This record gives sequence, C-alpha cells and structure tokens, in this order.
Amino acid sequence: MSVRKPLPRWADIALIPALNLTLAFVISGLVVLMVGENPFEAMKILLYGAFGYGEGFGYTLHFATNFVFAGLAFSIASHAGQFNIGAEGQAYIAGLGAILVGLALDQTHWLLVLPLAMLAAGAIGGLWGFVPGYLAAKRGSHVVITTIMFNFIAATFMVYMLNNVIKAKGQMSPESESVINAGKIPQLREFWDFFGYAPVNVMLFVAILALAGTYILLWHTELGYKIRTMGQNPKAALYAGISNSKIIMISMTLAGAIAGMIAVNEVLGVQNRLVVDFVFGYGFVGIAVGLMGRNHPIGIALAAILFGALYQGGLELAFYMPAITREMIIVIQALVILFTGAMEGLFRAPLETFFTMLDLNKKPKTQKQEG
Amino acid sequence: MGQAWSGAKRVMAIKTAGMSGSGAERPTTTKNSDNLAIELCNINKHFGAVHANKNIDLPIKSGTVHGIVGENGAGKTTLMSILYGFYRADSGQIKVDGNEVIIKDSSHALHLGIGMVHQHFMLVDNFSVLENIILGVEDSFILKTSLNKARKELARLAKEYELEVDPDMLIEDLSVGQQQRVEILKALYRGAEILILDEPTGVLTPSEADHLFRVLETLKEQGKTIVLITHKLREIMAITDEVSVMRRGEMVKTLKTKDTNPSELAELMVGRSVLMEVKKSKANPKEVKLEVRNLEVKDDIGVTRVKGVSFNVRAGEIVGIAGVSGNGQSELLEAIAGMRKQASGEILINEKEIIIKGDDGAAKVRQANLAHVPEDRQEQGLVINFEQWENTILGYQDDNKYGKGAFLSVSSCKKEAKKQIKMFDIRPPNERLKAANFSGGNQQKIVLAREISRDPEIFIVGQPTRGVDIGAIESIHNHIISMRDEGKAILLVSVELDEIRSLSDRILVMFDGHIVGEADPEKVSEGDLGLLMAGVSGSGA
Repeated sequence: MSVRKPLPRWADIALIPALNLTLAFVISGLVVLMVGENPFEAMKILLYGAFGYGEGFGYTLHFATNFVFAGLAFSIASHAGQFNIGAEGQAYIAGLGAILVGLALDQTHWLLVLPLAMLAAGAIGGLWGFVPGYLAAKRGSHVVITTIMFNFIAATFMVYMLNNVIKAKGQMSPESESVINAGKIPQLREFWDFFGYAPVNVMLFVAILALAGTYILLWHTELGYKIRTMGQNPKAALYAGISNSKIIMISMTLAGAIAGMIAVNEVLGVQNRLVVDFVFGYGFVGIAVGLMGRNHPIGIALAAILFGALYQGGLELAFYMPAITREMIIVIQALVILFTGAMEGLFRAPLETFFTMLDLNKKPKTQKQEG
Repeated sequence: MGQAWSGAKRVMAIKTAGMSGSGAERPTTTKNSDNLAIELCNINKHFGAVHANKNIDLPIKSGTVHGIVGENGAGKTTLMSILYGFYRADSGQIKVDGNEVIIKDSSHALHLGIGMVHQHFMLVDNFSVLENIILGVEDSFILKTSLNKARKELARLAKEYELEVDPDMLIEDLSVGQQQRVEILKALYRGAEILILDEPTGVLTPSEADHLFRVLETLKEQGKTIVLITHKLREIMAITDEVSVMRRGEMVKTLKTKDTNPSELAELMVGRSVLMEVKKSKANPKEVKLEVRNLEVKDDIGVTRVKGVSFNVRAGEIVGIAGVSGNGQSELLEAIAGMRKQASGEILINEKEIIIKGDDGAAKVRQANLAHVPEDRQEQGLVINFEQWENTILGYQDDNKYGKGAFLSVSSCKKEAKKQIKMFDIRPPNERLKAANFSGGNQQKIVLAREISRDPEIFIVGQPTRGVDIGAIESIHNHIISMRDEGKAILLVSVELDEIRSLSDRILVMFDGHIVGEADPEKVSEGDLGLLMAGVSGSGA
C-alpha cells in the first residue's frame, strides 16, 4: 500500500522510456565529454549516421530487423511467464537450417528459398527453444539456466560443425560454402538505389509481418489468450483447463522459431555463408528490446529501430571521431540497455508521486491537508 | 427473524455465555467514555475518479469497542488506512486524544499509540514469535538482550490479556488464530492504546473467534480503545459498544449498539431493507449427477488431504460441505473440478468416470457440463490484470461462441461481457476495467456470472460469499437457489455455517479429510454441527 497510484497509460508507454533514454544519453554525453570530444557534435554524427542518408538508414533498418526478431523471441516467451535469454543460441543454431536450404536450392529461385529457409531455420531454432521449454514444463528446471546453457551448447556445436562437417573445401577458416546464385535473399538496394550498399533485405518485410502476426496471435487468438493467462496467473490457467506445460513448450518453441529468423536475415541476406559467431550478440540485445518495448509489438518495433540506430550511428561515430573508440560505443549502447532495460523502473516511483500531486492540485474543491 | 438469524442469535448466546464466564458483564459506557480517543473530522479521500471517503466524521470514545460496518468498497479500510498512516487524506482533520495531528506514516501512528491488526498478517513466517514481536523495535545492538527483555514483557502481556503463545515457536508452525494473537501482541508491545482490527474473524474458526472476543473484552477493561472493522453483523451485536455504518464512502450513522438491531444495521448498510432469510421451497432431488467414490487426493507437497470420501449430488438439490477450513475441502473441490489428480477412487459425472491425466483436466470436466466457482477468486477464478471481458471467457476460451477456429472474436467476447454485467449488476459496468479494479464483491460477481451463464448441469461452488457484502450475498444466494429449482446439481463448500445451513438441502461435515457426518439442516443444531466440525464426536456419521 502506498500513497501513490498507477501512472496514466501515456506516461507508462511514452514518458518513461523517453526519460530513461534521455538519462542514458546525458550520461553518455558526459562520457564523450570526458574523452575530450563535444557531445553535441557526437550526437549529430550519430543521428546523421543512422538516419541522415540512404545507406546509413539501410544499415539501421538491417540491424533493426534482427532486433525485431530477437525482441519478439524474448517477448512471446515473456508473455507466458518464461524468461527466454536463449535467442542468441536459438538464432545461431538456426543458421544451419538457413544455409542448408540456401545451398541446396541455389539453382532455383529466391521465392522458393525464402519460405523453405525460414521453415528450416524456424524448425531448428524452435527445437532449441522447445528443449528448455520441455525441461521447464516436465522437469521443473528454470528456463533462465537452461537457455543460458543452450547458448553455450549451440556455440560449441556450431564451431564443431563449421570445422568438421560443413567447412567449405579448400578453405582455411571455419566457414561454409557460399551461396552465390538464387539462394541469396534479395537486398532492397537491388530495387532502390537509395540504400547504397546497405544489406537491408526482404527479411525486413518478414519482420514487419512478424510484428503484426505476434499482435494478432497474442490478442486475437485462443492460443494467445492461453499464453497470456498462463503468464499472468498459472493457477487461473489451471482452473481454466489450460495446460501449463503445453503452453510453456509452445511459447518457447515459437520464441526459438522467431529467433531463427535472425539466421535467415544474416546468413542468406548478408553473409551468404555460415560463419562463426554471425549472431553477434543480437539475441542478447533482444532482451533489452523486449523490455524497453514492454513486450508489445509496437514498442518492440520502436525499440528495435532505436537499437538499430545506435549500432549503425555508433559505427559512424567511431569512424568520424577517432577519440571515440569502438569500445566507447559499446559503453554507450550498454548505458542505453542499462537505463531502458535493467533500470526501467528508475523514474516510476517519482513520476507516480508527481502525477498524484498533480491530480490533487487539479481539484480545486479539496484543500490539501498540509500546506 | 428468519432461520439464519435465529442461528446467529444462538451463537451470540453462546458467546455472551462465554463472556460472562470470564467474569465480564458488558458495560455500555466506561468511566472515561466522554474522552474521545480519536476524532476524525471531515475526511475526504479520492482515488482517481473514485471518492472513497466523503466528508467523514467519526468520534471514537476512549475505552470502548467501536464497530465500523459497511459493504465491500464502502470505504472502511480506506478510512482506517488513513488513520494508520498508509494513506494521506485529501482534506480533513485527525485528532488523537484531543490533539490535532498529521499522521505521516505507520510508525508515526504507532508512536501516537495506534496499532493495527491487518486482515492479512504482516509476519515473517520463518522467524519465531519473539523475533517477530521485536522486529523493528529492537532496543539494543545485541539481539539477545532485546529478546530477553521482550520475553519478560511478552509473558506479562500474555498473562494480562489471555494471549498465550509460545514465544519460541516459528510463525509457520502456528495456527491462524495464534498468528493473529501474535499480531495483537506486536501492537501491544509497541504500546498501542488504540487497536484497529480489520476483518479479524475472516480467517478464524468459530472457537478462535470466541477467544478473540474474550481478548478484546479484556483489552477494553484495561482501558484500551478498539476499532473493529467487519461486515459480520453478529460480531457487531456481540461485542461493540457503538457502531458506525458506512455506505459508498459516506458515514451514514453512528449508533449505540444496544439501541439497534441487525436488520436496522443491514438496512443502513445497503440503503434498503434486506431480506436476511433465504426463501426456498422443499428440494425435489432427482437422478444422481455427481458421484464420488472412495476419493483420495494429495496436496502439492504430497500429503493426503482427502482420505476416502464418498458421496453423491442429485439433480435439484444443494449439498453443503461444512467444516473448518483446511480439512480437505479445497483439495476435494479441486479434484472434482479437474484441477488436481485423484490419488485413488473415482469421480463420476452423469455416471461416466472422469479420469484426469494432464494438467488441463479442468477443460475436460467443463465439457462434461460442470461449472466451478473456485474458493479463491483472485488466485484462481480471475486473472487480475485482465480486463473484465477477458475474464468473462476464462475457461471457455475455446468455445465457438467466442470466435471461430483458432481466432478470438473480441467483439463477441465483449458482447457477452456486457450481457453478464447487466444480468448480475456488476459495478462499475465497464467491461474494459481490469478485474483488479473491481471491489471484492464485484469480482466474485464476475466469476459467478461467467459460470452461471453457462447454464451447467452440475455447479460446484467454493466460498461463494467470502468477503462479499450483504446486498450481494442476497443476490448470490438467490441465484444458487434458482439454479437448484431449475434442476441443477449443486455442491456448496463454505466455512460460513449460516450459509451452509440456510442454502443446503443436505449437510456433509468434513474433518481431517473424512466426511464425519451427514445432517439435515432443518433439524441439526449449530452446536451439534460445531462438534462434528471439531471432530469431537462421530455420532452423526
């Protein structure tokens, strides 16, 4: 019990993220100041690099595509009350499905490759989500622990596969054969020059569809209702005849499958081959995206664009401001994750008090008890 | 007065007998009755658009037991929370012992001598009684010194007020009644002169409640002031000196208890006269709808809680299961509803055996046309963060009525929600409001509306009116009776004896996982039922 009351909806959705973000940028600005650069100048470069010209914007969208998939992979599980931090491993291992379809169908057409690659990557990623889900549902092991372990298993397994099983002939480095023909998923620059050399590809549209699909799934289907009921109150789910164990397994499988789309985007859209560590931490950033987007597709879309911009703008910043190193960019990104993800509630309590006071002043009839 | 109230009078008689046994004649005034311990003037409190307390004036005389009654959501708890420093009033004055004060927080309230015993206890389960007592008021750096000091003081208090508890027991090993004693001791140890009790008997067995009332009498004799929040009128009549009635955030009236009667109070509470008696015709039981044979059920940690129970429920009758809570009723109810696997034995619905395999048994049972109102609406019956319309389909989410195939039709869900809101007078009538924002009684109506609207053949209900106000109790009881008259088979589990007695056509008494007796509600006396419930005699079995 407290004197405060819940925030109005708009403050919850818009004001809190905006304040968190501002604080993250202010502190980042201080870091920039400390290394002797002008923070406003840095901000300008970052924004221009992310949105100012076609190629930069294309890169931002490309990164955002990954973050949408990673964010959804976190959120769907989260709606069922499961904390999936295994998107990284789920995406990594799903790369196998993407590359195998890409290589096998290299002589056909991308319109055939795309759905089949998505299916294969989704199946393998889904399997990598299902197993922790199964263990949680049937054996009671915690998904946080199992998904972390599955990230490690995926990492070592992929190194083994790339070194011993699918390494390209005559290659020294651990990478697969390259897809050279129709197995590649078209990049948007093939249709619009605007995007320069940016790798943003057709998977961007898949990401948008995934956002819409997730919204429909969660709020307009029976399964979504069951997932949300389970996440909110497992006992009520039991009462409603919703199988807790089935919902955990289904939601974890779905989450893994969506994480697998990162693999299609990276392997067939950019690299055209399977390389070590191609997921590059996108899966982990997805946790921050999901948290910042408050597990809602619209929020996830906005958060994904923000993180995409940070990644792309950060690269430009490191290039134009040599004093700001690559590591510094990671510090800035980490600050954003810290304030928007981990310390999401920082402003909540003071804002609630503030709004309660505002509310009291609005009513002219009621005198305040204290002066 | 009707059957229910004659029952209540009997209990009152038992209670007063108990009190005179302890040597206390109930004086209506005490020597310093003119001093006001607390005076609330013109208190106002808003929560958003809700005006929870409107211009409340409340004088509480020192050294008396002052009752505050009102329906759920009438603003009783809000008012007391203001007094205890949990909320700050928007406007108004609080005087304690004649001095105007602004109560900043609960430790300030304690400093002013105001102690509160909450409905849900604020105790650390794995601490001993003594450790809980000194928690926050340790007066020495060395814990041992504080504990020793507290031990002496505790022994004195326990003796003085008949509040014996073993100071070295862990809270989790105590019964609910004993835990409440610890809460009272905590307040007294902190020097409380004014004790607020919020719905203190909600969790107690009848004998524990009697004991509590004796304690309160003793406290009063020692000059303490007691404020009792409740919606049980019989408690008000049995123990208070004065009673204040609240309705919809307003203070309706403050009366001397000896000058009033339950039906006047009930009328003041709801603003209209209430039929306290449940009107029902003779039952006309037909074929067996639900049959339970030698059922054994284990709880979550594997302890057998239902130990070989057999009974049946016929169409057109209400079978009530009476018993002190925690004697296996919850597990029995959950097993029948498909939420818990049976360890052995059989459950038959319409002569067909129901076998639960996975953890979605409740869906199977619902398909057999059985509806279930769970004992705990917030824990099981509702998803508290879902809007009302989303709760309307809980358990029936797969129904074609709410959308074809895999999809959910939000508009048809809302249409049904609106219909149920209207039929059951759920307030506020807003299907977009989260379940958490409805009062307890209206939450219960949401659950009942959902289950009754399905027109089930078999209806099993746990604690249908727990924490529900009088007006709503009446309508809930009428719904249950009319379902019976339509030929439904109804199984009712309740810890409220009055409810069991007035609704049931047959009463089964459960004790320690067994059914220890069957009784005819028309003939059995409250005392005999009480003995059965306490497991004292098996005479009725």
